[in-house]
Amino acid sequence: MELILGNIVNDLSKITGYIYPNEFELHWGILVVVYPYLTGLVAGAFILASLERVFDVSSLQPVYRLSLLTALAFLLVAPLPLLAHLGHPLRSYQMFLTPHTKSAMAMFGFVYAWYLMVVLLLEIWFDYRKSIVVWSNEKRGVTRYFYKFLTLGTTDISDRALRFDDKIGRIITIIGIPSAFLLHGYVGFIFGSVKANPWWSSVLMPIVFLFSAIVSGIALVIMIYMVTTMFRWKRLSMPCLNKLAELLFYAIIVDFSLELLDFVQRLYEAEESITILSQMISSRLFISLIISQIILGTLVPTISLAWARFGRVPDEMRRLMYFIAALLIQVGIFSTRWNVVIGGQLFSKSLRGLTVYKLELFGLEGALTAGLLLILPFLVLFVLTRVLPPWSAVESHVSESPV
Amino acid sequence: MNDKKPTTPRRDFLKTCATKIPQWLLVFSAFGPEQARAVDGESDYNPVEHNYAMGVDIHKCIGCGRCVDACKKENKVPEEPVYFRTWVERYVVPPEGEAHVDSPNGGRDGFPELPADREIFRTFFVPKLCNQCANPPCVQVCPVGATFVSRDGVVLVDDTYCVGCRYCIQACPYGARYLHPTKKVADKCTFCYHRIRRGLLPACVEACPTQARIFGEVGQQSSPLRRFLRFNDINVLKPALNTEPKVYYAGASREVR
Repeated sequence: MELILGNIVNDLSKITGYIYPNEFELHWGILVVVYPYLTGLVAGAFILASLERVFDVSSLQPVYRLSLLTALAFLLVAPLPLLAHLGHPLRSYQMFLTPHTKSAMAMFGFVYAWYLMVVLLLEIWFDYRKSIVVWSNEKRGVTRYFYKFLTLGTTDISDRALRFDDKIGRIITIIGIPSAFLLHGYVGFIFGSVKANPWWSSVLMPIVFLFSAIVSGIALVIMIYMVTTMFRWKRLSMPCLNKLAELLFYAIIVDFSLELLDFVQRLYEAEESITILSQMISSRLFISLIISQIILGTLVPTISLAWARFGRVPDEMRRLMYFIAALLIQVGIFSTRWNVVIGGQLFSKSLRGLTVYKLELFGLEGALTAGLLLILPFLVLFVLTRVLPPWSAVESHVSESPV
Repeated sequence: MNDKKPTTPRRDFLKTCATKIPQWLLVFSAFGPEQARAVDGESDYNPVEHNYAMGVDIHKCIGCGRCVDACKKENKVPEEPVYFRTWVERYVVPPEGEAHVDSPNGGRDGFPELPADREIFRTFFVPKLCNQCANPPCVQVCPVGATFVSRDGVVLVDDTYCVGCRYCIQACPYGARYLHPTKKVADKCTFCYHRIRRGLLPACVEACPTQARIFGEVGQQSSPLRRFLRFNDINVLKPALNTEPKVYYAGASREVR
């Protein structure tokens, strides 16, 4: 008890105005920031893959499989921060057994399961089926049996069968696009539907979440593509990279416009909460919102992308600028999630005061756990690329030569 | 083609449905949430006949904090000054400008004296608690249905079922919920459900020396609450959110939120 009191006294000096006594404890911490960040990357990477598949953007072919695997790796990790955050993680299965159908959160499990089982795993399987069958014949030892298992007993790779695979893959992608929209739009709805919280309650929230997801997903795939290609001593496909940068540029313009619209709408409506929200933005959220999200995470990368893509810049420099822009965008989107989740709890619902969030280093809800959960998807992706190498198709298509 | 009989005649099918579906429903209901039966176990009590609510007369509250203390003791609310099922706020309105609000230790130990030189237009105390909304946002968002409205109109939490996701805490506009630090489940005012079921008053109402809290039933003619509602100008907190609170305030001026 003394420890808690000590913490409170510490915090009391930083609290301004009046907050309800139950608001001293912030309920959704860094893990709940990580969760929408990860699901956003999933949705973004998948939508990128769908562009190649459905809209035949052939220059994106080198990153098609990579985007799918990235989406899967991040999707597998996405529920972990939520689970770690629960007071009773062992009871979480109740959300499946006795879901409360009116609760936005209860639907998470179902949206997640649908997306994982019906969309992502199926699409990846159909796309890799031919390769899996080939590997199951070529490989030796245990790996052979592993791939034999992955074929699920269908070893027919005749032209007719492959045409069927392609057709099914296309259909799944078509179902997948609205599903990806649903997955992340739904995460936005979890926040946007909380009428008690004026910082969250906005009809634009799901749409803003969705577009920021697309932005973060494309930026992530750019980074992963550049880094993996470098470590494999291969040459980057510039048409692909240019296309990615172009898409990223358009997506970030739409995303920023939507965010601006939301912001202007709030300012112009100037509801009861505007005073405390303005105070929060100019004090508690100044660094994470103005500096990190808007300037570093949006304006700088937008200019950098536009310059690199449409200006006369040598390829070497262009690649560097793309990479830096993609990296800054990750910082920006993480800040966006932070500003939504943490920002929404920094002001009192009495609209009379501001509180603080103390990020701990250790512990289940600490910065280290969050860091681990952010690194984990990359490890999963590494394993996935070993099991299902996304490169072979790439190289045959682009016919690259080693550096 | 027309002579072909269906394999199951329609009548048989409907008969089977009529008998089997209720049977299965019975079987499934055996695995359903326990709370309804556990709570309604007493034979002489019919929850449907009650609809509890509370009135708070701000003119009468003296900010002694006895209600907060009684609540903490009665409901074993954690002692730390960041967990409250009920608390008292003091509003100090200056001649000009925003009201100053405080609630040290939830008002449990009373309030420190105001500086003598402070200009005061008016001042008053506002007891706060769960508003037992008829349209509760906390119940709406609970992913497992662990928080629910009992048939006698009280919003309760099943602590054996709550997963501790804290969505309800976020959804409550009144800051009336907290996460129990040891049980790791959401906790809140229950109108002292264990007492009112036996015909007793909630602890805070019992302890109030000035009868600033009036407990009763919305629909009952003889209820003291009925009289309170009839003879006072009544407000509820944050009415624009359409939560339909069942804690009614008399004398809550525009500063109160």
